[in-house]
Amino acid sequence: MKNRVRFRIGVSNVFEGIVALFAFLISLPLLAVIYYVLKTGLSKINLSFFSNIPKPVGELGGGIANALIGSLYIVAVATVIAVPIGILCGIFLSENKKSKLAYWSRLAVDIMQGIPSIVIGIVVYFWLVKTRHTFSALSGSVALAIMMLPVIVKSTEETLKLIPNPIKEAGYALGLPYHKVIMRIVLPCGFSGILSGALLAVARVAGETAPLLFTAFGNPYISHNMLKPMQSLPLLIFNYATSPYDEWHDLAWGASTILLIWVLLLNVTTKLITKRWKVQL
Amino acid sequence: MESTVITSENFNAYFGPNHVVKNVNLTIPKNNIVAVMGPSGCGKTTFLRCINRMHELIPGATASGKLLLHEDDVYDLNPILVRLKIGMVFQRPNPFPNLSIYDNVIAGYKLNGVKLPKNKRDEVVESSLTKAALWNEVKDNLHKKGTFLSGGQQQRLCIARAVAMEPEVLLLDEPTSALDPISTASIEQLLFELKKNYTLVIVTHNMQQAGRVSDKTAFFYMGELIEYDATREMFTNPKDTRTQNYITGRFS
Amino acid sequence: MNMTAWKTFSYKKVRAESAFKRMLIVIAIIMVILAVSIFLTLLVESMPSLKALGIKYLWQRTWDPVTNNYGALPFLIGTILTSFLALIISIPFSYAIAIYLGEYKRTGWLSALLRNIVELVAAIPSVIYGFWALIVMVPLIRNLETKMGVVTYGVGILSASLILAVMIIPYAASLGRELILMVPSALKEGAYSLGATRFEVLRHIILPYTRSGMLAGLLLSLGRALGETMAVTMVIGNSSLIPTSIFSPGNTMASVIANEFTEADRTVYLSALIELGLVLFIVTVVINIIGKAIIKKFSSE
Repeated sequence: MKNRVRFRIGVSNVFEGIVALFAFLISLPLLAVIYYVLKTGLSKINLSFFSNIPKPVGELGGGIANALIGSLYIVAVATVIAVPIGILCGIFLSENKKSKLAYWSRLAVDIMQGIPSIVIGIVVYFWLVKTRHTFSALSGSVALAIMMLPVIVKSTEETLKLIPNPIKEAGYALGLPYHKVIMRIVLPCGFSGILSGALLAVARVAGETAPLLFTAFGNPYISHNMLKPMQSLPLLIFNYATSPYDEWHDLAWGASTILLIWVLLLNVTTKLITKRWKVQL
Repeated sequence: MESTVITSENFNAYFGPNHVVKNVNLTIPKNNIVAVMGPSGCGKTTFLRCINRMHELIPGATASGKLLLHEDDVYDLNPILVRLKIGMVFQRPNPFPNLSIYDNVIAGYKLNGVKLPKNKRDEVVESSLTKAALWNEVKDNLHKKGTFLSGGQQQRLCIARAVAMEPEVLLLDEPTSALDPISTASIEQLLFELKKNYTLVIVTHNMQQAGRVSDKTAFFYMGELIEYDATREMFTNPKDTRTQNYITGRFS
Repeated sequence: MNMTAWKTFSYKKVRAESAFKRMLIVIAIIMVILAVSIFLTLLVESMPSLKALGIKYLWQRTWDPVTNNYGALPFLIGTILTSFLALIISIPFSYAIAIYLGEYKRTGWLSALLRNIVELVAAIPSVIYGFWALIVMVPLIRNLETKMGVVTYGVGILSASLILAVMIIPYAASLGRELILMVPSALKEGAYSLGATRFEVLRHIILPYTRSGMLAGLLLSLGRALGETMAVTMVIGNSSLIPTSIFSPGNTMASVIANEFTEADRTVYLSALIELGLVLFIVTVVINIIGKAIIKKFSSE
């Protein structure tokens, strides 16, 4: 009997070891990717990397300034579009849990969450590129905004659902109209959760390529015009990585390093900010 | 001759098809404390929440009949206006967790967009906290958030917040049921002070509290107002058998 | 009576309140319109292809834009092969992470470490995975192919499946972890009190209990795999022939769109690609809805 028990305990321990092993194996590809990208990319980065645009093949000293600036523009505009709409929708869904409109709206958001990013790119192509006969940064921002919306809506809804009803009632009892109860009591209480949702959405789209393939399209020059094609960091990486030129591969590695660091920074910042702004309910 | 502040005439309240407040008729005189008591589910809280039109915030909740503040039917006025004239304190203390103590007291003005000059603001905060018997305990910590306060102190903060709006009537929904006996006693003491300036209607499930604190008591049972009398009269000489059974503890 | 408090009231405020409520409703409606518009756009733009080629285009074998011959079977096969292979490869790792974080180490620094690692894996952009896979993984696969005596493309179904597997592990893992955390302690304690070992509790109580949820997790992972574009495009080899083995190059529905969309110069060509997008849309939406419904049912029980 004792031996049987010892065997079973042994099996349990071995199993735990196997589980732990398989669980931590995922760090291998992660470390491999991060290490290789940083190792190859950091050596390609110097000051001119940030200030120059890509040079034609054969010339030295190219940089990714057009992609850096382009990414900033495209993501910033996407954020400006998606955040207010997303938060307002999240408010609606958290305040109207049972209404029919809330059901269909929530379903629509769920559907949009699952759409592959390239499909969104195609659709925005037909909406904003074909109709205007030009690729544009704005269409890229719209595509990214559509991808950001479900993340922001869900996190806003979940955050606001946690706010206890009595706090809202206290606001009503003081004679506050509905919009002030929401804007001046409920939203500030949920600020940290909503902010982290927005930051997560930004981190997610900052690295997206597929939606920009047929919308922002790319641009070898620096552009400040949202209505014309614009380069972005992930687009540049894709185009140059799949090109046959070594100089362009170098640019792609440098760009990958920048993008990687940027995304990692965003994730870390989100965690820190959420802790700091958290309201004790 | 006491002037009447609140009059209820054939007042009914419903949650969808459920008739939870049935045909209530009563008048509440000025500067009185009126206790509304009764067993769980008797409609006392629902009735209270109709007075400042909080009842209708629940989907499907409706009401009928007249509920007058002086001569105006509360249901003819805009609900926001009603709530500016009638304040409420809730069962669980609910100070705004993202605001400091100072901002909590002044919240009725600040969040409504009323810009008072700084000295007026300080005055309102100090006088409200004094009226709520909380000033001395928090005066050095006004700009901290109220989460470090005890339950009783938080409730007094909520009272200060309501009182800062200078309402005519203050509604209190079981204000001490979540508090310990010492805090309860200090708040009951506070109510006597508040009575001088305001008319108070307090819902309580604690019969002894009704007996201690109020001038008049209304006894609700299954949605109906069974008896409404001066407190001493009701407790020594109840006229309805149901009142008598409740008071003697046959049911609670 | 306090006149200041009263002064805060105005009918402007009442109108603002109604306007705000109406705006919320409008935004909710916009969401619905957005989702519907996406579907309709895909449908409308697929029409030329649907009319010209009919629905049997989906299982025709030849894709040759030059001769105006369109058949999507190579891409359907490519998609199914890569996604399912990626799913199968990822299962032991996702499950291990889910079990480890949900049962063995729920708190503590080791748990936080693993959780952060998994989050990082999910955060890395697809194009970086693709680039890395192209430069680092593909040569390794080429070596493998040499050793096996197979034609050495390096790129192909296998490479795409491997990098896809890495990318979808975090989703099933975090979902699985939440499911395992939901198992009521009473159930587990009942088993422990009978002398069961941890392994036995996992095997006989926890895993059966979470089975339907786990399946939903796999479904959602599959959904993500189907729609993943960039990394796959970069290592799958861009071939329009039906893949004959996992070492063959191929294309998925998503990658062929990425590769050929801008070159599609004829209406039917473009429309055929859009039709693939429509299929992707429908399949991923259905999978997501079913997966989420299963999870909702599981968490409410």
